[in-house]
Formats: sequence, structure tokens, C-alpha cells
Amino acid sequence: MEKNMLKDENDRVDGFLKVTGKAKYFAEYELPGLTYGVLVTSTITKGKITSLDTKSAEKAPGVIAVISHLNKPSAAAYEQESGPQMKIFYTDKIFYNGQPIAIVVANTFERATYAASLVKATYANETFNTDFEKALKDPKAKKLQGQADYKRGEENAYKTAEVKLEERYFLPIETHNPMELHGIIADWRPNNQLTVYAKTQGVKATQGTIANVFKIPMENIQVNSEFVGGGFGMALRTWPLEIATVMASKHIGKPVKVVITRMQMFTMVGNRPAAIQTIGLGANKDGKLTGITHRAYGETSTYENFTEGVVNMAKFMYQCDNVNTSYVIVPVDLGVPIWMRGPGEATGAFALESAIDEMAHALDMDPLDFRIKNDPETDQQKNKPFSSKNIKEAYKIGADKIGWRNRKNKPGSLLEGPWQTGYGVSVGVFNANRGKASVKGILKADGSLLLQSATSDIGPGTGTGMTLIANKLMNIPVNKITFELGDSSLPPAPSQGGSATLSTVGSAVNDVCVALKSTIAELAANSNMDATSNFVDVLKKNNLPQIEITKESQSGKEKDSYSMYSFSIHFVQVKVNSLTGVVKINKIVSVGDSGTIVSPKTARSQMVGGAVGGIGMALTEESIIDHRYGRYINNNFADYHVPVNADVPEIDVNFINKPDPYINPMGAKGMGEIALIGFSAAVANAVFNATGKRIRTLPITPDKILA
Amino acid sequence: MINFQYLRTTTVKSAIALLVKDKNAKFLAGGTNLIDLMKRGVTAPEKLIDINHVPLKEIKQVGNKIYIGALTSNTAVADHALVKEKLPLLSWALQAGASAQLRNVATVGGNMMQRTRCGYFYDTEMPCNKRQPGTGCGAMEGFNRMHAIFGTSDQCIAVHPSDMCIALVALDAEVILANAKGERKIPFKEFHRLAGDTPQLDNNLKADEMITGLEIPINNLAKNYHYLKVRDRASYAFALVSVAAAFETVDNKIIDVRLAMGGVAHKPWRLTASELFLKGKEASLTNFEQAAQLAMKDAKGFGGNDFKLKLAPNTIIEALNLAKSKA
Repeated sequence: MEKNMLKDENDRVDGFLKVTGKAKYFAEYELPGLTYGVLVTSTITKGKITSLDTKSAEKAPGVIAVISHLNKPSAAAYEQESGPQMKIFYTDKIFYNGQPIAIVVANTFERATYAASLVKATYANETFNTDFEKALKDPKAKKLQGQADYKRGEENAYKTAEVKLEERYFLPIETHNPMELHGIIADWRPNNQLTVYAKTQGVKATQGTIANVFKIPMENIQVNSEFVGGGFGMALRTWPLEIATVMASKHIGKPVKVVITRMQMFTMVGNRPAAIQTIGLGANKDGKLTGITHRAYGETSTYENFTEGVVNMAKFMYQCDNVNTSYVIVPVDLGVPIWMRGPGEATGAFALESAIDEMAHALDMDPLDFRIKNDPETDQQKNKPFSSKNIKEAYKIGADKIGWRNRKNKPGSLLEGPWQTGYGVSVGVFNANRGKASVKGILKADGSLLLQSATSDIGPGTGTGMTLIANKLMNIPVNKITFELGDSSLPPAPSQGGSATLSTVGSAVNDVCVALKSTIAELAANSNMDATSNFVDVLKKNNLPQIEITKESQSGKEKDSYSMYSFSIHFVQVKVNSLTGVVKINKIVSVGDSGTIVSPKTARSQMVGGAVGGIGMALTEESIIDHRYGRYINNNFADYHVPVNADVPEIDVNFINKPDPYINPMGAKGMGEIALIGFSAAVANAVFNATGKRIRTLPITPDKILA
Repeated sequence: MINFQYLRTTTVKSAIALLVKDKNAKFLAGGTNLIDLMKRGVTAPEKLIDINHVPLKEIKQVGNKIYIGALTSNTAVADHALVKEKLPLLSWALQAGASAQLRNVATVGGNMMQRTRCGYFYDTEMPCNKRQPGTGCGAMEGFNRMHAIFGTSDQCIAVHPSDMCIALVALDAEVILANAKGERKIPFKEFHRLAGDTPQLDNNLKADEMITGLEIPINNLAKNYHYLKVRDRASYAFALVSVAAAFETVDNKIIDVRLAMGGVAHKPWRLTASELFLKGKEASLTNFEQAAQLAMKDAKGFGGNDFKLKLAPNTIIEALNLAKSKA
């Protein structure tokens, strides 16, 4: 890496490579004899393939093979009855519209694309339903428990409260849509040796999944994924399209590259599932919560169940003796969802944090005061103290910065021509996770430190964070430290998800550095050197070119004694045009309470990215399906609206930056998810404050303001 | 990909000669829409005649008109001093369209020729009378939030997506069309068509013709004007409703007024009745509101786009207010 370009020690270590195009992403690897695969997809929503005519595709120029359920190579796990329902190319069943049914491999991408259009399938159609609301209403439609029901105190206590409300909230499907399209390069060589260049949030997970499907040893598979152009959760699993590519390479004995289209990004790599939620809140007239009921229904597929933590927050975020939750998943004929940034907690926070605002309004209280009044001292769900929590301080910082004092509690009070101004606040919270990871550290006599772990960087700046941890502990300049990741042959680490990488891998970096330091101290003592001697001198004195230590690190008993969460507070100021219904976010203040901030620049980037994703969730993003056909209508970047620069105002990012005494040696808690969780409710609450209109269906588009 | 022949030419005459030779030939200018349509399988021309080197990129004043060559880029028009001074409404409308990158390559002629953004038109697995006459209209009873409320037919409820064209219809532009025999000029408002029974046709350009330029009369509408585009995000989104509004006042009386709407019809929608009403009247909120109501005669929603019945008149009022406050 070109470390000499670092302007200060907090710069992103791979920033130079990324902005100069030198960072190499999976699709950019040119292997000798590389071929190109294009997936053929179903045009019906449910049924069976009755015939598949591949003749003209096979005869088309440059085509090497067409692989489908008719001629697939062996994938041992799919031969068995157990295992997933969606065994790509091992089934003639169609579970959703856009499901891959064949792969065409040719010597150029264009030729493969053309030949794919020549594959003709006929189907036996079955009746289907892609409409989540319809499935929910249909008493005959299947419903499954997504999480055990939770009850503390009295069930539905809100119903008998002095002040009560019960409201319903709807969140549509959102599609991750990272800039980088999904895909994989697979190179299956003789003796079942496989190398893949993947877009993955976990090289070890990809390695394990492929090993499991094809029943070949893990060590036969090398997975490379050094740079990832955004994941947001969609690269947390190995998708059928990736297995199809490996099959194709195995079949033709050449490397095959697949990069799916933007349209296929809507059907092949998951989404944030639609959700319908009802919240019941009860409070006494003094503004103390007396009952919280959170019931959620989430969308899932018919062939695989997907669940997430939609109702988690209601169980501990506010002081309340009577809380009950339920979470039910409803299968529809669509592709299986997957976690999308903030995952279920972001879905749940939209409903809960909107309802909290509604209750504050019903009580004629400032919503900030209402939250502070109901802020718990301990976690009532786990009956444990919080490891650290500085929410009240965060409220104060954010309120000052957004100018909360200018807010009027009466909605629609601030007018300027057709523009109405409003302020909103909400809270985000997510588990402060710490998993198990290994890191190898190699301290060299040339003064450098190399750290290695099979972790990932989908954008948060993993290498930068790890480098800074080592820099602080070892007192080695950042340009002498290299952190290698994205390679399955390195010491194992979990996938990058659930805001856990810094806590998990960072702890292992810490432990390796501590061990390296004590080894150097020992060597110094043994060679009669001063204990504070520079490690370069110590290594040289001992004629050692380097020392190498690998450490595995994981949490201990502290996990049983404390409730560990990261928190965020989002404040927004909006302007709403009462004539055109346009909502403009004027200012954002986000405050993160996630322990020590190890890497200030990339931490800030995380909060900025979370706010931008939150704007999308609140105002613009919605994947639309025509339920008559089961097909997406807006599956492109012109019609699926991710926020653009013009939608994003100044984002004022603040951190409490106080170490958590228990979570890990750095005192740092994850913050990728909290950057987004709750944000959409802050916008909806601000829109209410501006206009008096409560929008409970996202995204808040102009038509909903005018309705 | 489906193979096609690529030809390049440098004169109007040879471009037309190449076009008439092959009915499956198409002109390629900026390609910002055509290439998308080819990728999606909506269209598959056998020949692409690249006309980017034909010298039709001039912007100049000719008498009391501004001439704009058909191959001038959207950016060049929007940024041209003459346009900004004399026809700022056009400049504003152009800047409301697409993104900077697209405007840099998209041309005036191509902008006029761009096809609807209806999702059913783009998905070859769905019914669409515009793409494939006789297959039905997917949008009519489907997702029609973006669709037309004026001049619809039982065949098609798609909208014309351009911003530039909304300003041009308001400014009484004329289109210069050439064929092998010579040139003809038609009023801009007669260039695009309603869907009627021929939804596959977007405009009245004949198979042997090429758009070579525009002429726009210079007016006194450079003081009170506004192009207001209401959309789902602040940039790079097609209009839910857009309004081009401009007027000229003498002694607080409106003596000339232009109003046109985008995102509401199969063609740029000029609001003639509203203009007639405002002429000779004071530029007041009450009059703007009445003009907006007049514009909505015969408007019809299809469910998903019912909100436009409220949004459209509101946007007219807001555009006129903003035009008024500009002075």
C-alpha cells in the first residue's frame, strides 16, 4: 500500500488506492483463459420448468456451455434430501420471478448476454402471491413465529393506561444496491482445487459454504476478497448465483466470471424485507411509560425463512414494567431477504421511535424530555447493568447542536411561505458484539509490523482501525504497519456484520501487540538490554529477522455480567413544502455513544454513511413489485431512488468517545448499525413537527405529504 | 449483445441518405436513452448512424429568434450566454433534467426523441402497447404513480419524460426537420403526439426525416419565470409534476404568459386555458389559483397517480409565485 500518501495518521490506509483506481475488486482479476457467465432467469413467479431449450444458445458465437438442472455437474450436498430448498440447478421448481435457471458461459460477456436471451423455458404455472399485506390478511396463508414471544409484567398493559395509543407502521422492501454489482470469479482446477475472487463480507464463510456444497476440503479452496465496493449486508452469504458460477467452472474446467446486472441485484442477493408493525404505548399523565406492546410481521420467502431483530429494542430501551413483543414472518413468493444495514433493529426503531414521539405529543411533552424521563438505569430485560451508556449526555450535545430550543412543541408553528420547518429526534441502539478472531503479527527488524487476519472491509475502514490500534500500543508509525485481510488462508475471523469487526478483530490485534511487546521485553532482558529498548535493536542484537505471534481472542465473563449496547441519537431539521409535498432535510446532527473512537475519520464516515442510508429509508427508497406478475417495476438506478448529493445536507457527527470499561481492551463498541438505526423515525418525527402530519408508511414521498 | 452495424457520417445529407436506405436504422447522438433501450432489448436497430460529427452544434441569434442546432449538448445550451440571457426558462429546465454527466452528452434532438420511462415499457416480459402494440397496458391497472392524468387513451397512459421540452413548448419553439428534398418547420407543440390508438408513436417525425435544429422567438419572459420540478429526490429523478411558468407584466397586468406541464401527459402539456385566463389580469395569488384550477379540466387519475390531481395545480401556483417573486 502507498502509505507515503498518508497525510496524517488517521487517514484511511487504502484511501489512496481507492481514489486512484489501484484497489483491485473481484471483477478486475484477469485470469488466463477467463470465460464469462450470464444467468438466465425465470419469467414466471411460481411453478415448474417443463422444458428448457438451450440449442440455439449453445450454437451462438463464442458459447462454451449452457448449464442448468438438465446437465449440472455434481454438487454433493445438493444430491441429498436435506439441505436448502433452493438447490440451484438441482431443482426444476420456480420459487420466485427472476430466479436463476441456467448459466450461459461464453468467451465474452456480450456473447454470453446475447446467448442467454436465446434460452427458452416453458413452465407449468402455479398461483402465487408476492403481496405481503395480502398474505397477512389471508387466514389461510402460512405464518411462522420469527422469535419467541416476550412478556415482562402484564401483557398489553397499554390498553388500560391513562394515556394510550396504538398505531400501525409500514416499511416497504428496500434493496441494498451497493455501487459494486455482485458476482464472483471461480477457477476450478484438477484435483478439486478451487480459487475464487469474491465479493463477500466473509472470506471464511464463503470458503465454508462452497466446501460444504461441493463436499471438498476447506483447504482446497482459496477465497480472495481484498476490496469490496459496499455490502450493507447483501454479501453476508454465498448466494445461489455464486454456486452456479463454481458449478460452471467445474463443468468447463476454466475460470468463469459472473457479474450480475443492476436488475438482478433486486432478485438474486436479498433485500430488507417489508414489515408491518403495530405499537401500543401506555403512559400515566406524568409521562411515565406503563406499557409497551410491539408486534411485528416481516416478509420472508417460501423456500427459506429469514428472521431479524425487529422487536428487540422495545424490550430494554425505555423504563417500563410491562412489555410484550411478538414477531411473525410471512412467506411470499419472492427471493429470500437478508440483513440490510441496521437490519431488523432499524425496521423496529422506525415504528417504536415514531410511537414514542406520538406519545410525547399526546402528553403534550417535548419528545426529548419524554425520552429522558423514561430512560432506564439498568437493562430490565436482562436484569443487568449497562456496561456503559451516556445517552443523556448525547441528548444534550445533539439538542444544542441542532438548535432544539428553536423547536415549537405545537406542530406547524414555523412557517415561511409554503415551507414549514420541523425538528425531530430519535434513538438507535444495537448489540455491542464481540466474537472470536485470530490475528497473526509479524514484527520485523526493518521496523515494520505486519498484521494478518481473514476479516473483511466492505467500506468501514477495517485496515485503518486495526492499524491505529497497533500504532497506539506499539508506538510504531502507521506507515510502518500493514494490515492484510480478505484472504481465506489468513488466521480465521468472522464475517463483517453486526458492527462487530473492530471489537472482535481489534481485540485480537490488541492481544497480538501485547504479546509481541512482552516477547521483545523478554528478549531485551535476556540480552542484557534496557527494558525500554527499541524492538529493532532488540531483534538485531538477537540476530532475529522477525518474530511472529498468532493470537486468538474472544470475550470472557464480562459478557454475563453486563448488558452491552451501542447507542446513537439522531436529530434532524426538515423543511416541508405544503404545496408540493417536498421534504428537504436541512440539517442533521448525529451523536454516537459507542465507547472509545479508535479511528476518528472512518468512524465519522460510518456515521455519515448511516445518515445517508437513513435519508434513503426515510424519504426515497422503495422496491416496487407488480403483484399481478410478481416482477419488480423500478429495478434500476433511475427509478429506485438512493439519495443523491443534493438530498444530503450538512451532517454534524459527534461522539461521546468514552471507553466502555468492559467490552474489550480498547473500550470500543461497534457503530456501523447505530449510524442508521432510528434515523428514519427522526425524519418522520420532524415532518410531523413541521406539518402536523404523521406519516407511518415509508418512504415519505411528496404524495404522502399531500394526501 | 445483438450485433449491429455502426456507421458514421458528417453531413445532414449523407445522414438522411443512410437513414432512408434501411428502415431498421437509427440515428445515434448522445445515446443516453437509445443505448439503455438496446441493452434492455426494447429496441434492436440493425444500423446505428452516428451523427455526432454532423455540424449542428451552433447556437446563434437570427433576427428575433434564437437558433439551436439539434446536436448541441444539453449542457452547452443550458450554459450558453444567449440562452441564459434571453431564454433563461430553457436553461433552468435543462438543468433540472438528468445529471451533469448525462447532460454533457445528451443532445437537443435526442432529448426530444427520448422515450417514456414507464417500467412496463422497459420490461420485455410485461405487457406494453407502446413497445408491442396489442399486448395491453401494464400500467393502467398496475403501478401508475408516475403516469399521465391528461390526454390518456385506453391504450397507453405513459408520460413524456423530458424537462427541456416543457420549456420549449412554453416558449413557442419551432422544430426544423430535414429530409432528402429539403426542410420543413413545425411548431414544437405539434412535434409530440398523444398516445391515442398509436401509442407506439411518440412524435410526428417522419421515417425519412432528421431533426436539425430549433428556433425560439425572443420574448420578454426573461424576468418573471420559473421551472419547478417536483420529484422523489432532489436531483436525478424524473418529474412527478413539473411546471414551466413565465409571464410579462405591464403596470402589474399580465400581458404575456406561458404555462406548460411535464410528467402529466404523453406530450409536453401546454396550459392554454390557464394562459388565456391570466392574460390581462393581475399577477396575484387568487388569479394564480384560478388559473391552476382551469388547468385541471378533464384531468383523470388512475389510482396510483391520483395525487397528481392535487400536486399539479399546487405546482402551477408555486411556480407562478416563484416566477413572480423573481423580479
